[in-house]
Amino acid sequence: MDEKKKTILVADDDPDMIFLMKHHLVSWGYEVVAVDSREEAERYLKSGCPDLAILDLMMEEEDSGFILSYRIKKCRPEVPVIISTAVAAERGISFDINSPGSQSWIKADHYLEKGFQMEQLKLLIKKYLD
Amino acid sequence: MEILSVLVVDDEPGIRSGVKRILAGHTVSFPFMDDDYAFECREAASGEEALQMLEEELPEILLLDNKLPGMDGMGVLEIIRQKKMDIMVAMITSYASMEIAAKATSDGAWDFIPKPFTPNELKSSIDLITKQYFLKKIRSTMKEEGKKIRYQFLSVLSHELKSPLNALEGYLQMMKDRELGEGLNDYDAVLERSLQRVEGMRSLIMDLLDFTKIRLDRKEEKIEHVNLRERAQLALSTIKPLAIQRNITIRSTGEEVFYDADPSDLDIMFNNLLSNAVKYNREGGEVEVSVSQRDQLIEILVKDTGIGMSEEEVSQLFKEFVRIKNTRTKGISGSGLGLSIVSKIAELYGGHIDVNSIPDTGSEFRVILPLS
Repeated sequence: MDEKKKTILVADDDPDMIFLMKHHLVSWGYEVVAVDSREEAERYLKSGCPDLAILDLMMEEEDSGFILSYRIKKCRPEVPVIISTAVAAERGISFDINSPGSQSWIKADHYLEKGFQMEQLKLLIKKYLD
Repeated sequence: MEILSVLVVDDEPGIRSGVKRILAGHTVSFPFMDDDYAFECREAASGEEALQMLEEELPEILLLDNKLPGMDGMGVLEIIRQKKMDIMVAMITSYASMEIAAKATSDGAWDFIPKPFTPNELKSSIDLITKQYFLKKIRSTMKEEGKKIRYQFLSVLSHELKSPLNALEGYLQMMKDRELGEGLNDYDAVLERSLQRVEGMRSLIMDLLDFTKIRLDRKEEKIEHVNLRERAQLALSTIKPLAIQRNITIRSTGEEVFYDADPSDLDIMFNNLLSNAVKYNREGGEVEVSVSQRDQLIEILVKDTGIGMSEEEVSQLFKEFVRIKNTRTKGISGSGLGLSIVSKIAELYGGHIDVNSIPDTGSEFRVILPLS
């Protein structure tokens, strides 16, 4: 059954977020590749390809998540990308990914504000992977 | 060359065409401006016509005669004020009506031109208005920049404050759901991490208080004749427990030097520099702090045998919330405010801070403060 396990890429520079997400994702039966920077994520993407990616927005740069998402979508448009972040309204950027305006420049499928419930994440991943 | 558009409002066609002719070849240049200004005139024969033109397209400058058929110049000025139109107004009035000139300037007109006027009088008034226009533009960009920086600061701050809360919430939820087992022992690592995040948040809040203190709380009477070596020693004893844990030796050297300053400013500076020197050091490393005076300059030097930084990392160092992220700094916590606070304090006293650093060898932070 192991070969059927789906791989999820988690990129976050907060080691606790990595720990928490990894714990839950593994318990839900996913394979997890965890990286703590955009750079490391890009290194992984050179040889590997996840079935889904959860990217923190602010890592080395304020918009590392967007950059990564763009890179993933460019060569693997079918991989669903979720962007998670603790900055939202304060940045003054509307992240409503469902609006056509945002769709045109944010190359991600979903935007998740940190502080989300793990159940919420679980449903979201199921939606994209099942 | 930047072109400013001028609307001339006068019921006498002769005056309108006269103004137009005078301004046609006129340019304004001041040494502090990047660009010269030239002028392009449009005309209106009545207040009503002028208002209609203002609604359509707002010129930069309005030359407004007061005596007009129908609505007079003061009426037009009143509407401009009510509608908060962004325009520089010069009133044209006769010498006999200085009262109107006075009222007009208090109602928002930038200048007044007494009638009859010579070409040179008109030009000098236009020069003045152009200068004001230029300054107004500079002021508004400066305000915008200031807003942007504050905004940026707040948004990064909220990110830094929310991140530990998110982690704590995640861990607590994990315990609530007994994710790792039924016994408390199963959660040792989680509890340890949670405590670390609380500690990190506390230090961020403390730094933030220092930060607002140096920005807002400037009072002359707090200045004292401070013994710098004493202050360094005080900071040293605060950081000692952490240094002992990591087997790091700290030494204080140098002479007895006095400096007139708010002692808490110096404490913040020493504490930040010394705690960095210990935090970013290697196991068994050394830290040396020395204070000295040469001529009219005080030098505070903090040397460590730590992980050091590359040139590129050094260039980022004093920015707010910037923390150097690499494999060597992994696991070291900090708010990203410490050095930006130190450099702001140094600037406050007319001084500055320099860094010399070699990766894997160590760093030297040198604060220079001028006496007087």
